[in-house]
Amino acid sequence: MTETIAYETSGQGNGVAGMHDDGPRLSGSALTLSYDKRVVAEGLDVAIPDKSFTVIIGPNACGKSTLLRALARTLRPAAGTVLLDGRDITSLPARQVARTLGLLPQTSVAPDGITVAELVGRGRYPHQRLLRQWSADDERVVRESMEATGVADLAGRLVDELSGGQRQRVWIAMALAQETPLLLLDEPTTYLDIAHQIEVLDLCARLHEEAGRTLVAVLHDLNHAARYATHLIAMRDGRVVAAGAPGEVMTADLVEEVFRLPCRVIDDPETGTPLVVPAARRRTETATR
Amino acid sequence: MSGVRPMPVRRIAGGVTLRFRAVAVGAGCLLLALIFCVLAVGGGDYPMSPSDVVRTILGGGSPAEDFIVHELRLPRVVTALLVGAALALAGAVFQSLVRNPLGSPDLLGFTQGSAAGALLVVVTGGGSAALAGGAVLGGVVTGVVIYALAWRGGLHGHRLVLVGIGATAILTGVNGYLLTRGRLMEAARAMLWLTGSLDGRGWEDVLPLLAAMAVLAPVVLLGCARPLAITEMGDDLARGLGVRVQGLRLVLLAAAVLLTSLAAAAAGPVSFVALTAPHLARRMTGAPGPNLLATTCTGAALLTGADLVAQRLFAGHQLPVGVVTGVLGGGYLVWLLAAQRKAGRI
Repeated sequence: MTETIAYETSGQGNGVAGMHDDGPRLSGSALTLSYDKRVVAEGLDVAIPDKSFTVIIGPNACGKSTLLRALARTLRPAAGTVLLDGRDITSLPARQVARTLGLLPQTSVAPDGITVAELVGRGRYPHQRLLRQWSADDERVVRESMEATGVADLAGRLVDELSGGQRQRVWIAMALAQETPLLLLDEPTTYLDIAHQIEVLDLCARLHEEAGRTLVAVLHDLNHAARYATHLIAMRDGRVVAAGAPGEVMTADLVEEVFRLPCRVIDDPETGTPLVVPAARRRTETATR
Repeated sequence: MSGVRPMPVRRIAGGVTLRFRAVAVGAGCLLLALIFCVLAVGGGDYPMSPSDVVRTILGGGSPAEDFIVHELRLPRVVTALLVGAALALAGAVFQSLVRNPLGSPDLLGFTQGSAAGALLVVVTGGGSAALAGGAVLGGVVTGVVIYALAWRGGLHGHRLVLVGIGATAILTGVNGYLLTRGRLMEAARAMLWLTGSLDGRGWEDVLPLLAAMAVLAPVVLLGCARPLAITEMGDDLARGLGVRVQGLRLVLLAAAVLLTSLAAAAAGPVSFVALTAPHLARRMTGAPGPNLLATTCTGAALLTGADLVAQRLFAGHQLPVGVVTGVLGGGYLVWLLAAQRKAGRI
């Protein structure tokens, strides 16, 4: 796989690159996140290190997807600001944000009867104008995105006919076609079997390494998170409990604190990264008694 | 990975072949609609051949032909053309906005709102201009009320459907009551209007709709079609791609309500065109997404065709066009549901 999506961190299509000082390109400070009146998180501070593969972990309903939505500007914080390249993300034009930061939500629906190439092509939306619609540039980027995710052979197939793993790669190709230096993925491995989960995560790792992208993903599997992330953010009850390199963050104490799960953390025999082994039932039951 | 060979050009480019097919379907339907128009203008107590009709429309007819074509028959077919196009466009927009294939203005209460406005005018003894005004006002007021009730930090498809179905139920009751309040002559006139009819339409009936289509059709077709297609994939995804989802919904809803109301003002609440045209267009184009242009042309062909049938089916006795669209559209819907059930989809 020699093909990468050519893209420069300061080139056209990056919107606001170069306008910020030394801080990370994407961060949130003093965020209060809520749906209607239900407050999910309060006073949340978070920073996404540049060019990292950041993985957010935490128990169900801890606010990790909500945080991702706020970082991607699809949820407006009730208080606090998300900064993109040093500026309040809500003050930036929608199209400019969409050229800097891509989001793959969990709840995306492929329209009936859409082909793979068409779906990937829709990722080009923020680069198109009323009078400059489909260009040779779009064509090239769509092809490269499909090649990078290994779905080029499926270009003419209907998305409905694909397997779960193939479909997820198509969605990632669409997000790639958006050509953004930052890419946010909400639970990209949910509903996939283990082989497809690894396939998608390997793809994410490659996309992260190849073009210096910053990737942020919400993942449920702690061992996947520890193996693939370069930076971990552990959340509980709308707070960041710990953030840092997986080797430092993923300890038995932290897993117990965040998930209320007694466990042992050993070295992954494949990669040497932390491997979480939940305690056997007897130990758990005596621990809770 | 095996994806590095050159791909067939036909396959990519956001579906060039599908786009071509969509344009071809649109052009085909428009041509069909124009043929129906020429046939309809040619029919009546003073029959004219298609070539005579075309010659007269282009300005080469005798004074008698000029009068018959330009004053008597052309306004009616132009009304059919525009009402069909407007209803179909509004229907496609509604269906896409609420992400529900049944989300047409007939079923969401907007048409009943127009009817209530018109009936109120009829019962109070207003003329035909006031009736058209009442229909527009009723539709717009209903639209605003439904919008306000369905609003909750943004507009959401399922809330719009639920509120709309409630509004339909209430307004149907109101309309029934208004009918019983009218005197017999008025009630008969109201019933004819409620069925949807193109009889005796003059240029003054067409102009408001023509003006609205001239402004709104380009706004919707050129400005909103692509972001609307993106929004069908989910609000978060659309926002991530830079679509201003709520602003888009507001503009589209306003445009669709205006088009529906003005169409009702011109021809009455013609049933099922808004529901059927988008489905037909999707089947013919085979393309995903709202297919707005093809749908608009399909609607124009549907209503001009239905009006032709309404005029010709029984010699000497014209049916209201709404009867034809109701029978055709309802039949098509039943067939569609049966076919989908066979295919195991519902």
